[in-house]
Formats: sequence, C-alpha cells, structure tokens
Amino acid sequence: MQALSRAYSSDLAWSFRHSWTARISTLLLAVLFLAALLAPLLATQNPYDISQLFLLDSELPPAWAEGGDPRYFLGTDEQARDVYSSILYGLRLSLIVGFASVALAGAIGISLGLLGGFMGGMVDGAIMRVADILLSFPAILVALLVNGIARGILPPDRHADAAIWVLILAIGLTNWVQYARTVRGSTMVERQKEYVQAARINGVSGMGIMVQHILPNVLGPVLVIATINLGMAVLTEATLSFLGVGMPTTQPSLGTLIRIGNEYLFSGIWWVVIFPSIVLVVLVLAVNLLGDWLRDALNPRLR
Amino acid sequence: MTLLSVKNLTVAFFGRSGTVNAIEDVSLELEPGEILGMVGESGAGKSMTGAAIIGLIEPPGRISAGEIRLEGERIDNLPPEAIRRIRGRRIGAIFQDPLTSLNPVLTVGEQLIETIRTHLKLPREAARARAIDWLRRVGIPAPEARIDTYPHQYSGGMRQRVVIALALCAEPRLVIADEPTTALDVSVQAQVIALLRQLARETGVAVILVTHDMGVIAETADRVAVMYAGRIVEVGPVAEVLRAPRHPYTSGLMASIPRIGPRPEVLPQIEGAMPRPHARPPGCAFAPRCPHRFVPCTDERPELTGTPVRSVACHLTTEVPA
Amino acid sequence: MTAPEPLLTVSGLKKTFDLSQPFLNRLLSGGGRRFVHAVDGVDFTIPRGTTLSLVGESGCGKSTVAKLLMGLSRPTAGSIRFDGHELAGTVAGEPPAVRRQMQMIFQDPYASLNPRWRVARIIAEPMKSFGTHPDPAARRREVDRLLEFVGLSAADGEKFPHEFSGGQRQRISIARAISTKPEFLVCDEPTSALDVSVQAQILNLMRSLQRELGLTYLFISHDLAVVNYISDWIGVMYLGRLVELAPADRIFAEPQHPYTRLLLETVPDISMAHRDQERPAGEVPNPITPPRGCHFHPRCPLANDRCRSEVPEFLARDGARVRCHAVEEGRIASFPMRKAG
Repeated sequence: MQALSRAYSSDLAWSFRHSWTARISTLLLAVLFLAALLAPLLATQNPYDISQLFLLDSELPPAWAEGGDPRYFLGTDEQARDVYSSILYGLRLSLIVGFASVALAGAIGISLGLLGGFMGGMVDGAIMRVADILLSFPAILVALLVNGIARGILPPDRHADAAIWVLILAIGLTNWVQYARTVRGSTMVERQKEYVQAARINGVSGMGIMVQHILPNVLGPVLVIATINLGMAVLTEATLSFLGVGMPTTQPSLGTLIRIGNEYLFSGIWWVVIFPSIVLVVLVLAVNLLGDWLRDALNPRLR
Repeated sequence: MTLLSVKNLTVAFFGRSGTVNAIEDVSLELEPGEILGMVGESGAGKSMTGAAIIGLIEPPGRISAGEIRLEGERIDNLPPEAIRRIRGRRIGAIFQDPLTSLNPVLTVGEQLIETIRTHLKLPREAARARAIDWLRRVGIPAPEARIDTYPHQYSGGMRQRVVIALALCAEPRLVIADEPTTALDVSVQAQVIALLRQLARETGVAVILVTHDMGVIAETADRVAVMYAGRIVEVGPVAEVLRAPRHPYTSGLMASIPRIGPRPEVLPQIEGAMPRPHARPPGCAFAPRCPHRFVPCTDERPELTGTPVRSVACHLTTEVPA
Repeated sequence: MTAPEPLLTVSGLKKTFDLSQPFLNRLLSGGGRRFVHAVDGVDFTIPRGTTLSLVGESGCGKSTVAKLLMGLSRPTAGSIRFDGHELAGTVAGEPPAVRRQMQMIFQDPYASLNPRWRVARIIAEPMKSFGTHPDPAARRREVDRLLEFVGLSAADGEKFPHEFSGGQRQRISIARAISTKPEFLVCDEPTSALDVSVQAQILNLMRSLQRELGLTYLFISHDLAVVNYISDWIGVMYLGRLVELAPADRIFAEPQHPYTRLLLETVPDISMAHRDQERPAGEVPNPITPPRGCHFHPRCPLANDRCRSEVPEFLARDGARVRCHAVEEGRIASFPMRKAG
C-alpha cells in the first residue's frame, strides 16, 4: 500500500497524469495490445486455417459498402480472408517480432555497452568499432543481409516456420548499437563514482560491480530507447514483410497484409491495404509519442 | 544615505507540491563602502538573498513579498530590461566558479572593454586603457600583454582576479560576491580576500559577501548576517557577533568550528540538521536543535529585534530581561 | 627496548601518470612524452591507534596516496607494508584477509552510496563480500547494530540514500566502513562537503570510534583546523612530495618548512579579524612542469641557488622530518612566524 502511494506520488506518475499525449497513447496501446492478445477470441475466423476460408467470399468490400457482407466487417482479400481477423492476427505477429527483437537488441547492447564502458581499452575499442561499422549502413540493409544469410543457411522447406525467428534475429542484430553506446557512456560516468570504488575496496568482482552496481544506475535511458525502438522494430518488420522477405503470405503480419493489399489496390480493392496501414500508423505513433514523453519525463533538465 | 535597503523580502517557489519559501521576511540595510557577510549552511537562503537583490530569481521562484531599494529606488518590481541595466552598472556580481563566469572564446580584454563600454559609454581606446588599469589593480602582472590572452591561459586565482575586475570595472555601487573563494586553494583564497577588501576600501563599493566560511567573514566583513532556514537570525558587527554571539545557533556554530590552537577533547556540536524548506517547524526553526528552548519557541516565531546595526531573532533575548 | 611495529609503513611511494598522446599522434604531430609525478617519493609510518593527516592544496597528491594505499591505483614504485604484509603489488580487495582490515570513507556523501540500493544492503556489502557474516540473518542483525552505533536507527536500513541528509549519509558510509571490523580507515576529506554544524558531529563520531574500536586513521584534508582537531601526526604535501612530517602540536607551534608556515598564515581564522599584512604571493605551479630543485622555491622567501637546482632530502630533525635546504642550513631561524600556535 505504501509502495503504491509512493509510486502514485512519484515524479513519473505526476508527469503522466499531467500529459495528454502520454495518457492517450497509453490508452491506444492498451487497446491494441489487448486486441492482439485476445485475437483468437475477437476474430471471426482464423485466417491461418484454410478450411475456414470460402473462396466465393473473396474480395468482398467492407460491410457498410455496396455489396458488403455483414460477416466480414472490413471486407475480405483475394483468398477470402477476413481483413478484420487478419489484422488482429497480423498485429499479434508484428508485436511479437517487435518486443522480441527489442529484447534481443537490448540484451546485446546493454551487455556490450557495460563491458566496453567498464573495461575500457582494447575490449571497448573492438566493441565500438563494430558498432561504428554497423551504424554506417542503413538499418534495413543490415536486416536484409542478416535475413539473407539466415535464409541461405536454412533449408527452403523450413523458411515459412523459421520466418519469425529470422526476423527477430535480423532486427535485433541491427538495433543493439544505440543501447550499447548509451549504456557505455553512462557506465564510464558511473564507474568513476565513489560507490564503485567502495565496492572495489571490498573485493567485489568486476562482474559483480557491473551487474549489481552499475547496471541499475544506467537503465533509465535504456527504457526510453527501448520504447522508441519498439516503434522502429515494428516498422522494420513491416518493411521487410512488405519487401517479401518477412512473414509469408500464409501467416501475414501487418506488413505482409499491406503488401498483399498493395498488389490489388489498382483494381479498386482499397480496403485490404488501408485498414492494416491505419493500424500500423496508430501503433507506431502511439509508441513513439509514449517514448518521447518518457524521455522528457525522465530528463527534467529538458523541460 | 542608505545604499541598499531590503525589507521583509520573501522568495517563494511554486512547485507541484505547493509553495515553498526559500527565504522569508529577510530585512537588511547596507551603507556605502560597507562589507556585509552573509553566512549560513547550504540551503539557509544566503545565495537566494543575493540572487534576489540582483534580480536573478528564475521561475518557478519569484519575490512574493517585500521590497528591495537601491539608493532609495525600488528595484524588485522593474521590468527585465531595466534590471539588466542595473545589473553590471550599479550592482556587480562575482560567482564561485571563475571558469564559468568568463566567456572562454573571448579574450579577457574584450570582455572587460565590452563591459566598460556598455555601461560607461567610453571610446574604445579609453576603455582599453581603463581595462589595463583594472587588471593592474587586481594584481595581474604585465597587464598590457595579458589583456589579449584568453581565460584558459590564466590560473584559477588569476581568473578570479579577472572576475573581480569585471565586476568592478563599470564602477557599481554594490557587488554581490557569492562564495568567491570557495573554489580556490587556501593560499590563493587569502590573496583574493585581501584584494576584495582593499578594492572595497579604495573604490567605496559596498559588498555583500555570501559564504559558508566563518573564517572568510571574520577576515573580510564589517558586519555579518547569520541565516538559518531562510531567515536572518542574527546581524551585527563581525567582531561582536564572533566574540559574543547572542543567537543559540550562532554560538553553537561558532563553538563547533575547529580552530588552530589548543584542541578540545570533544568538539561542541549542534545535534540534528537544518530542516528542509518544506519541513520547517512552526515557531523558531532552530527550536528542535536548540539547547535553550523554552515554552514560546516551538509555537511562536521570534521576530528580528534590535537596532539596524545589531539585532537577533530569539525569544531568549526578548523575553528574558537582560 | 624496541618500539612495536607501526601498523602502516609507506616508503618511497611513487605514482606517475602518463599524459602523453597515443603513440601514433605523437609520431604525427610531434611532441614528446609527458608525465605527472602525482606522488613523488613519499615516506611515512602510522603507529597503531593513532591518526596521521596529510594536508596540502589541490594537486599535491594527497588523494592519490589514499588510492594507492587502498589498491584503487597501482604504485609506480615504493612499498606499502600493512601489518606485516606488502601490499604495493596487490589490487583492491586482495588479499581479502588483509584488505578487510582496511576501509575508506569518501569525500562526497552523494556519490559514495549506490543510489539504487537500500541502506541495509549498502552496509552489508563488505560483510557479504569478505564473508565475515555468511548468514544473512546475522548480517542483518549486524547492520541494525551498526546503524544504531553510528547514530541512526535500525529502521533506516529500509530507506534509500536520497532520503538522508549529507551528514546522515556520511554516517552510513562510516557504518559500511567499520562493518568488517577493520583496524585502519582512510578518510579522504570526509567532512569537506558537509556544513559546519554537521562537520563537528562527524568529527566527534570519528574520534569516539577511534577510542572505542582502537582504529588507526589516515586522514586527508585541506583544512588545517579540522586536521588540528583529529590528528596525532601531520604530513604536509606539496606537488607530490612530503615537505614536513611532525607531531600535530609541533606543526602548529613550530612549523619548520616555509610552505607549512605559509599555509598556517593564510588559513582564514575566526580569531584573526582583518589581518592586513602583505599576503604571500603566487599559486601552486602546474604539476606537469614542476619547478626544478625544491618545488617550492619560486614562492619561497628563503630560496637560494641550491634550492633552485638540488632537491632537498627529507631529513629527520628532533622527532620531525623536513625537506628544506634552509632548515638544514639553519637559515630559517632568522625568519620568525607572524603568528604561532
């Protein structure tokens, strides 16, 4: 109870209660997360299950348009998949890829940043040169490269199953640099502080100092980066899928849906591309707005 | 005529958890040429008082009550432009860190000449001659050559001398010096104190010297104002306050300062710590730590009473007949 | 009769920092190697249960000495003998049985406690790391006892450092330092970040700890008045060298080295209102390019040609040691102090 009231009166909570953007974007994200989580309950069909698709119902417009069918609220695509259900399942995949790749990038970046910042010297130099090289390529190119290598190694019949893991790996390996640089900088500041000297005097190992002492003190900025990175990761996933190297058409993510819809856009079938696009824009916008607010809220000097 | 008169000055900070008074009901007077020391612990409000006088209180803080008069003219309610003209021309400032008070990309001469010309409307050559003269007066060797060098080419003590020249070169009537020697080494500190005192005597400028160091006050100031928890608790001539402090906080503070000479077995100490601004008790803010506390102290706030020269805010001195 | 061995004996201690540009930059832009002799041959001993203070202005190397003793920095040369063990080649925390006897209190009470840790965990860390109290429940009881011992309450263990004032944080630092029952404490300016009224509390606490626990202190400070209160012995440092080492009362009553005299004359003192004599001129030179011979000669009123060329020896002189040609030659007697004792 006391902890609750302390959390409620903390600076972050105060700033949250006084920021419209933070509250609206949190609300939007909550709706989207719930929709993704409860997709099997909310969807009218399972778009991955071919036995539930009826080809006669393909390319139906949304329910309110002329020729629409009330069973398919947002219409269907050329394989008679319900767009509404596909969006729910696609949102799910996009979020899974987003969160998992952020977690992977964070784990790699935080570890390398801590190690480089704490050890200094050659270790630091090596890590930072690799980071510099990665940064000199556009992220999407690196992701394409990792993706290509992974697909080259895997046998072709495993591609569809492995697609989601390949995406997480490709996006995660692309995005760790920012975490590493931020954590390294804060680590170099923290390791000079006297509480770290006190730990050294008391025989605490280098690993113990890094993990127990420095890590909790450098995580603040990481939270901000992770939030903004979630938006980036979702977009990268959508881009890769749009380019045809992401999720296969049998398991469409938001990006795949937009690609499929894009092919039919000129035959007047607008609903297949528009609705997934709106969801993607709302998702990324809400995540980014929340990240911006978090950055300002954790950095009082900027206000 | 009184040079500076501050009456019942209160500076409030408006935060989300309510209003907090950084300083409360501060009154003081300063005669021309006088050096007034303001001493107190960090958070006692001594720097805030100095900042209020030069109009450097930034939002969310503002002067919520009281008035400040410089040579009889009110300066606490002026528009920013007018305050800026007063600052530098009539009130100079010396801050703790000489490195941040000087612009690193301009030579010392450029900064001095600009200040002189802004405030005194002199032609360039005359301003330069005056700048060189000021550098000589603050004890910079070979000022003709050093005037065209940059601040980073000076040592810490020399930089603080330049800052003093910069504060005095527009010939202000009053200088606020906020911890001017704290960043300096002991042996350099003594030189800067002596310089400040000598220049004040030569130019007749009045100085408010803000410091936490009683030793600096003792060696420099004519009068001292002791601040505690946002209020002045005792004012008086330095020698009197040091020799015979009348407020229990002042006497406790004086006793707790280690000295060179025979050492006591136990250093007298004041228990506890100064309350933070939002947790000041009603009544006398020092009461919880005061060894002489009696009935009225915890509920009734003692007023600063006495003459403008020597006054004390303590129930002991007002209620008990001397 | 043989005197008992001092707890700590430091001899010929040196620390040189290499400030040179990286090799490639030196090759390209010229410029030689540059070194700072932060500690340039320091010798002293501290008998058990006493306090030695090192005083000096910024850059004199006193804090570097503290780091070298604690193993936070590796000496370039010299020996550190603690309780019969040579520590000059070891790092902080090694060997545990010896290092557990040495603890440190830092200057900045805000940076010396991990802001994300609760106080109980901070105080328990040395006991856990050195294994003096392997049982967590016993460790917690010891933390409570220590908190009360330094004047806080056992309930304070659940709080975070930011909930305490500067003086209380310094008490927490002291509790952590004495948790492994050390014999020796290095105190690096422990009160210089505190307000005067709190400084007295911490100094008194440190003295009573010394009496009750038989602690030996190395106390580092720039404040001669504080040093006067706490020390048995005082060493005055100037640009990496000890220039005078003597019993505390001797230093204040009969300072020998001209630099010690200068320091004593320039301390702002509340009993010295409005001294108006000529002030000693000059500042501490840049430690990268210290003056030849005696480092102090450019500021010294007694300097002669020998002072400008030859480094004085650290000579014993009636129970004290002084590094000064003028003292050695007896030239200093004609130069009385303006203020004594």
